[in-house]
Amino acid sequence: MRAVLRTAAAAATALALLLTGCGGGGGRADGRITIRFQSLAWQKESVDANKQLVKEWNASHPDVRVQYVQGSWDSVHDQLLTSFEGDEAPDVIHDASDDLADFAYGGYLADLRTLLPDRLTADIPQQSWQTSTFDGGVYGVPFLQEPRVLIANTRILKASGVRIPTPARPWSWTEFRRITKELTGKGRYGVAWPLKEPVSATLNLGLSAGGELFHRGADGKVTLAMDEGDLVVPRTIRDQVGTDHSAARTALGMGGGDTLPGLFGGKYAMVPLGFSFRQQVAEQAPKGFEWTVLPAPAGSAGLAQGVSPQTLSVAQDSPHKKEAVEFIDFLLRPANMVRLAKGDWMLPTGRAALADPSLHSPDRGWATGAALAGALRSAPAQSVRGYPEWKDKVATPAFQEYYSGAIDAAELRKRLVQDGNRVLARYQR
Amino acid sequence: MSPRTRGTARAGQYVALLCYLVFLAFPFVWLISTAFKPAPELGSLHPTWIPQHPTLDNFRAAFDEQPLLRAAANSLIAAVSAGIIAVVIATPMAYVTARHRSRLSTAATGWVVVSQAFPFVLLIIPLFLVLKYLHLINTLWGLIMVYVVWSLPFALWMLVGYVRAVPPELEEAAAVDGASRLRTLVSVTAPLLAPGIVATALFAFITAWNEFFFALVLLKTPEKQTLPVVLTHFLGAEGASDLGPLAAAAFLATLPSLVLFAVIQRRITGGMLAGAVKS
Repeated sequence: MRAVLRTAAAAATALALLLTGCGGGGGRADGRITIRFQSLAWQKESVDANKQLVKEWNASHPDVRVQYVQGSWDSVHDQLLTSFEGDEAPDVIHDASDDLADFAYGGYLADLRTLLPDRLTADIPQQSWQTSTFDGGVYGVPFLQEPRVLIANTRILKASGVRIPTPARPWSWTEFRRITKELTGKGRYGVAWPLKEPVSATLNLGLSAGGELFHRGADGKVTLAMDEGDLVVPRTIRDQVGTDHSAARTALGMGGGDTLPGLFGGKYAMVPLGFSFRQQVAEQAPKGFEWTVLPAPAGSAGLAQGVSPQTLSVAQDSPHKKEAVEFIDFLLRPANMVRLAKGDWMLPTGRAALADPSLHSPDRGWATGAALAGALRSAPAQSVRGYPEWKDKVATPAFQEYYSGAIDAAELRKRLVQDGNRVLARYQR
Repeated sequence: MSPRTRGTARAGQYVALLCYLVFLAFPFVWLISTAFKPAPELGSLHPTWIPQHPTLDNFRAAFDEQPLLRAAANSLIAAVSAGIIAVVIATPMAYVTARHRSRLSTAATGWVVVSQAFPFVLLIIPLFLVLKYLHLINTLWGLIMVYVVWSLPFALWMLVGYVRAVPPELEEAAAVDGASRLRTLVSVTAPLLAPGIVATALFAFITAWNEFFFALVLLKTPEKQTLPVVLTHFLGAEGASDLGPLAAAAFLATLPSLVLFAVIQRRITGGMLAGAVKS
């Protein structure tokens, strides 16, 4: 769909030149300006926090009014692309870093390097900036991120007597496999892997075992190569499903939320989920259900895992880039970043916000998540052009077949690497 | 066929019909059930058809979290306007196309059918630019214009069938009796076309009521957004959703279409049948 849209966009450019002049901004004769902020916040607490912050900005900045625009994660890419082509894009854009590459390379987003205040640049760690850096430019401010964690049924864990992992002493992948076998019993699986979208979960967790899969050469070109580290996570999952029967086969086709009834009902002892799924667990869990948040297993690279943080960008065509960045700076002051993070049940990227004591409470797993923040890296394929096609056409079916037992590791490697390199080559000529 | 065989065949028909009805009704019944379930029941491993502890909390949360009434009003304005304007434009066009057959009208009808094959994504950017030039971005009028243009070809195609189902002999008889052309159209043809016009308007209404992508792209401010766009605000990234309020809001969103169908069902049936038989 994106390819079709891009073609349509190119065809429409000529018409755009005929029909439209340069886009006007939100400037006004009285000197007041209006900038539009499109937010993708969707949970009530998060929407409330965003709206409240906009209100506070507007109260203290009478000359620069911010208008809150509610966006939607569904179709955000196509909606933004149309807005960019029509010169109607919001000034401040909320999105995820893995959606930015096309917009950044397409020249739709402003390079923020010279606009960002030093405070914000210094507050956010380099590995987070890496997620929104494309071709040397910074096209978004990463501000919220979520590691994948294990959400576990406390009673089952305690009753089994297994060692409870902590961020300081996590399970290794081998230990994890053994423990899921121990937790498996009559009518119960040790783990349920919701792998409806298997690629990002596999690749992001694969960093813990040193798996990188995508390798950038000195010439800047990316090629795929698969070594033992890349196979640790896929092999563990496949063995749990096919050999040990400690992972539910039916869960492989599920989305994260679909596995929660099984977790609540004691059918699964653990489910690997994004950190923000805690909100759904807290809301939907039956009375008396005890749950805990555990770190994902560690490999040779420790607890490292890939993430695609939520970002705030500025449209290249915005006539008020300076004011837009000032608003972003306001929105991401440490105290405000904490409010946004709590509203979304995610982790802030900023060091100062992350130090807030409320994010280190053991309640609902906040402390576990906060302890993982230092291990979060840019998702392996984030800035690779052609990744969406590789993911949809090559990797998703290959991983699905591998996990279900239809193909072996050699065939998986052949498809991901050989077929994958052919796809990437088309984008890197 | 013996009476016994006939009875068995009829019973088989009823069973097949019942199965079909159950198949059709399942999503809607499940939607209603979900809308009234409290959060713990939504996460139950053994879901029940009927909520064990029915609650209105999901409806309260839906109204509390999103401006559903305002969005419904916007959808209603867009859908009713699109329905009315589409039939007002399409009816005379259909009459001319049906009564004055020529190579041009055949080609026009063919083009109308072909135009339905264009995907949304090919149209959206040029449309966006045209509407921007007309200063109709972020206005319900701009959206209504898109909906009319979008539904017009199919509305025209439907109405041509209905017009052809009205025997020209009736119009000729009225002319012989001394009725003017306009009088013939108003007093003879229009009443016979009424069911078809209602069915076509309903088609345009439902198309506009359910439409999501144009509304998402064209409407910028929350005050203007329509119901399908607001419903997506209950969805997060990677398939996460606020299921209870989403089901409650989606249930409410289906009601206008259902009510409309219930009220004018007989006219639609008549209209469909009229369009199905061509002279």
